[in-house]
Amino acid sequence: MATRKTSEPFWWLLFAAGGMVAALLVPVHLLVNGLAVPLGWTSISHARMLALAGHPLVKLYLFVLIALPLYHWAHRFRFVLEDLGLHGWRTPIAILCYGGAVAGTVATLWVLWGI
Amino acid sequence: MSDATITLEVTRYRPGHDREPHPQSFEVPFQKDWVVLDALNHIKDRIDGTLSYRWSCRMGVCGSCGMMVNGVPKLTCAAFLRDYRPGPIRVEPLANFPVIRDLVIALDDFMEKLRRVKPWIIRAEEKPVSEGEYRQTPAQLETYKQFSMCINCMLCYAACPVYGLAPAFVGPAAIALAYRYNLDSRDEGYRLREPVMSDAVGVWECTFVGECSVVCPKGVDPAAAIQRSKLAGATDWLLSMVMPWGGRR
Ligand code: SF4
Ligand code: FES
Repeated sequence: MATRKTSEPFWWLLFAAGGMVAALLVPVHLLVNGLAVPLGWTSISHARMLALAGHPLVKLYLFVLIALPLYHWAHRFRFVLEDLGLHGWRTPIAILCYGGAVAGTVATLWVLWGI
Repeated sequence: MSDATITLEVTRYRPGHDREPHPQSFEVPFQKDWVVLDALNHIKDRIDGTLSYRWSCRMGVCGSCGMMVNGVPKLTCAAFLRDYRPGPIRVEPLANFPVIRDLVIALDDFMEKLRRVKPWIIRAEEKPVSEGEYRQTPAQLETYKQFSMCINCMLCYAACPVYGLAPAFVGPAAIALAYRYNLDSRDEGYRLREPVMSDAVGVWECTFVGECSVVCPKGVDPAAAIQRSKLAGATDWLLSMVMPWGGRR
């Protein structure tokens, strides 16, 4: 049987890396940005946060934090749709899911660029 | 308790006779220590000798008695009637496989896939018998032992929705077996199995459903073998990208 070249390892690596970020870093930000700051457990002013986000290294960090989990979502969601029986639609589903993640990546770059 | 009974709804299909599989009900004695296979044997011996199904060891070793029991892939020699009271108990042929007759399914596809992953120890060069056996430490044995416990019962294929939708998928047990040999310290066949493993219908077809590991009666955890093989495959791929001239493990 001839081996078919596949781009799966590429998407899987992004999926795996995104999963790591989603599992390790996202909860921290949910806690800090989603609870601690709004509920006043700690006070970081908007100006200070903005200044922080303007630092190139922090931008890089935010890029990883936001973009990689998108690929985790895309891979998972694609498989969920396939398992639901949309197997005949694999190619359009893959294009939509990964395309969505790529669009999100571009949007993230664009927003970070503007800070 | 002795005159208690339980009903089995058994799928019947006789090629050339029945247009399609249909259930037939049988009332069998309920015995506390009976498994579904005992009930089937009772039907065959006492009620209807034409009922066809596979079995052999009656002790969870041969892997031939797998069927769907109330919709779940089970070894019927390990599925106690008492766990399905008051019944009825639906007994169907393993899902995702073509049915030959009654509860007997066609194994050809699975057998072909097993062969395809080359499940034997491959050496770059065999050493002469006079030099003795290939030795292994208990720790080396431990790395793959779990994946060598497979009895080829195919319950994992019956549980796998991916195999149901895309029958070309190499599938859980075959991948677990390939992984078992890849992990074996005596084996040097990783590269020869790789074309099958990293094919689009190899490990990458898996969508992390995980049902294979849930239904496996031997604790093989084929899902883990698949995910770890994905990591190995992705690492290979990455190396071949950064070192196209031959960055291989
Ligand atoms: S991996 Fe488990 S369920 Fe699958 S064939 Fe082997 S023993 Fe059966
Ligand atoms: S009869 Fe052998 S495993 Fe059930």
